[in-house]
Amino acid sequence: MAELNTGGGGGDGKKVRSKKSNPGVDLTAMVDLAFLLITFFMLTTTLSKPQSMPLVMPDKDVKDQPRTDTKIPEERMMTILIGKDNKILWYFGILKTPIIPPTVAAFGKDGIRKEIIKNTIYAKQHTTKADEGLIVNIKASDAASYKNLVDILDEMAINKVQLYAIGDITPEETTLLKDKGLY
Amino acid sequence: MTAMCDVAFLLLSFFVMTATAKQPEPKPVDTPASTVIDKLPEDGVGTITVGDKEVFFTIPRNIRRSTLERISTEKGIQFTEGEYKAFENTEGFGVPLNQVKGLLALSPAKRNAPGFQKGIPYDTINDQLTDWVKQAREANKAMYDAQLQEGKITAEEFGKKGDLAIAIKGDAKEDFMTVKRVIDILQEQKKNKFFLITGLRNKDF
Repeated sequence: MAELNTGGGGGDGKKVRSKKSNPGVDLTAMVDLAFLLITFFMLTTTLSKPQSMPLVMPDKDVKDQPRTDTKIPEERMMTILIGKDNKILWYFGILKTPIIPPTVAAFGKDGIRKEIIKNTIYAKQHTTKADEGLIVNIKASDAASYKNLVDILDEMAINKVQLYAIGDITPEETTLLKDKGLY
Repeated sequence: MTAMCDVAFLLLSFFVMTATAKQPEPKPVDTPASTVIDKLPEDGVGTITVGDKEVFFTIPRNIRRSTLERISTEKGIQFTEGEYKAFENTEGFGVPLNQVKGLLALSPAKRNAPGFQKGIPYDTINDQLTDWVKQAREANKAMYDAQLQEGKITAEEFGKKGDLAIAIKGDAKEDFMTVKRVIDILQEQKKNKFFLITGLRNKDF
């Protein structure tokens, strides 16, 4: 392929011999250029599309429709409050009479995930329907970062929580966070 | 040498063909990681970028022009043909409405210089993000409505694409309150379903 066609014929026997030896073309410069271009295209392309997490928020505007209050059983209801410094405060049941009182937890598999798994089992025991499980209410305080929100939504996806929603934090819960030094 | 040359050119042709050049963004953000592996739809997604309390909006290319036309009629700002063209080629932007003309007059390199664009106002007093999102959604709906009337798409497809999909691309270190405000803005116009753009997280999280 990369050979120079050393043309020319005639002459004596010696010259015919040198024709066979086929001197190669110096490809170094071409390959250099090719690799330079490869590098350029590799760095400028975005091969993978960005990942996305679908998020559905509950409808806010309830003025134009009749309110249908669905009772949420407290033995399946977990509330997660996100405070400052990547800390979580969670409780199970209703805030005034919690089944499990507010507990501080960290993010990750050794922190909140263990608690969610435990609570999922608890919730499953307190329902008769197979498709019903834990209900999680996520409430992020003003001190939380966006990463915390994505992390906790990710936990919901990892643990396949049946139902979860992002709610607004109440003043009582903010006080609770303050008491624990998480706000 | 010949083999190396062959491989190099094979790779080169591969990258040339698959290349979609990275679009310059006025606000590069570092998205948080997640284990969700769903991909963002390739086209027809309006992206709201949030970083350093500044908000930027990227309108899908096919409705960029009609969105600006709608903004123009609503706000009474006239744009020239050249400005429309420049806007069509602007990937994302983040300036108050009265500076859009000035922004479009600049070269793309100057436009996307870091820190040049200060974000679209989104506070309750001067909420321009709502206008942009609303007009983009309406432009998107009008475009697919027209296609539905012409019979180019089915009613089922219209149901899928008729409402402009919105993605939020937030910086990991951004305050939750800023993102919450953007979510509230979307919810105020009954946009309750959207995407959060995230990066890839390793398996043993």
